[in-house]
Formats: sequence, C-alpha cells, structure tokens
Amino acid sequence: MKIDVLYFAWLRERIGESCEVIETSAATATELMEELRALSPHHAAAFADISSLRVAYDQELADFDTPLGDTREVAFFPPMTGG
Amino acid sequence: MDIRVQSAPFDPGQLLSEFTANQDKAGAIVTFTGLTRDLGGTLATMEIEHYPGMTEKALTEIATEAQTRWPLDDVLILHRHGALKPTEPIMMVATASKHRKSAFEAADFLMDYLKSRAPFWKKEVTADGANWVAAKDEDEVALQSWEQ
Repeated sequence: MKIDVLYFAWLRERIGESCEVIETSAATATELMEELRALSPHHAAAFADISSLRVAYDQELADFDTPLGDTREVAFFPPMTGG
Repeated sequence: MDIRVQSAPFDPGQLLSEFTANQDKAGAIVTFTGLTRDLGGTLATMEIEHYPGMTEKALTEIATEAQTRWPLDDVLILHRHGALKPTEPIMMVATASKHRKSAFEAADFLMDYLKSRAPFWKKEVTADGANWVAAKDEDEVALQSWEQ
C-alpha cells in the first residue's frame, strides 16, 4: 500500500523533506520506521531515538504499535509545544 | 464554538468584545491570551509550525471535551502559526458559562491540553541561531492531573 508520510519541526529539518510517499507493507508505525531508517543516513539519524517522537495516523495521535489498517497518512513529529 | 488557526495577527480586546457580544445566557467569561516572550531582548522571531488539518481537528476535540466536562455556553480557541515578533499575541482561549468556576476551570483545561495535544511546534530564532522549543515534563504532568 502507498502511505503519505509527513514530518514536522526538527524531524522535517533533519530528513530534509516535509512529505514523501512510501510504498510499504508495514503493519505498524514501528515497522514503518524500520523501513524509513533504511532510506538514508538522514532518516536513520532522525529516527534514532523514538522516545522523543510522536505519531499520528490520519491526523489522530496513535501509539507506535497501533495497527495501521487502512491509514493513508502517517505523521511523525516531536512532542508538541503549542500555547 | 469558534476554532481559528491563522497566521494573521489579532487584537485580543476586539476578539473578547466579539465573543462577549455573542453571549446571551452566560454570566461569566474567562479569557487567556498567550504572548511571545522576548527572551531578555534576544528573540528575533518566534516561528510556529503546525499540521494543517490535524490542528483544527485536535482543537475542536479539545473544545468538545471541555464542553462535556463543564456547562459551557461557548468556547473560543484562536492559535496563530508562522513568524511572530516578540510580545505579539500568539493565542487566546475564551470560555463562557453561567458561573465563573466552570469558566475558569475550562479555560485552564483548554490551555493544558492544547499545549501538549495540539500539533504546534515553536522555534525561537535569535542572533545566535534557531532553536526548537523542547516540551516540558511539567506540561505532561499538568495534563495527567485532568485524567484523574
């Protein structure tokens, strides 16, 4: 399946892209991250420490091990700092 | 309910006047306005990134949750994104209720939730470079106090 993968804040800067379309068979965000790490050294560095990351499936916060199901858009980002 | 995500500046006084004019049952209105800090004069710009689409959804969910917890007549959340100057208003929440206690509590709740659950990221740009603002542990603790 094809998934739109979005990056925000310092994650976007480290990877050098804000969005990429990934052809994947990953079942969870954890599996998707494994595939993303292999794309480039930038990706590997950005996903080195997942304790500093959050994930959203189709614009809803999710856990890294939540099944992707028919999710079309996965976003990775650091903890939010609004307000 | 009025949820606004915008890059344009806003006038907190004018927004409060509009919000107040829309109320016909409320006996209390509480507002909170967040301003960009100037970091002792060193801040050049505060850049606020957001996740278009998810931002509006998250703010609507947070406001809806506040309405289920307190008897609110109305809720307003405005949050800016883009490049802001020091001391500029970043965001505002307003709550209207029959009594002040629920208006105060709901405004506090909205702030705690939108700090850690709405997809905004702040970057401070100074003469020395740019720095993404780190999330604070105390913000997560504040959130947990509402879960109990």
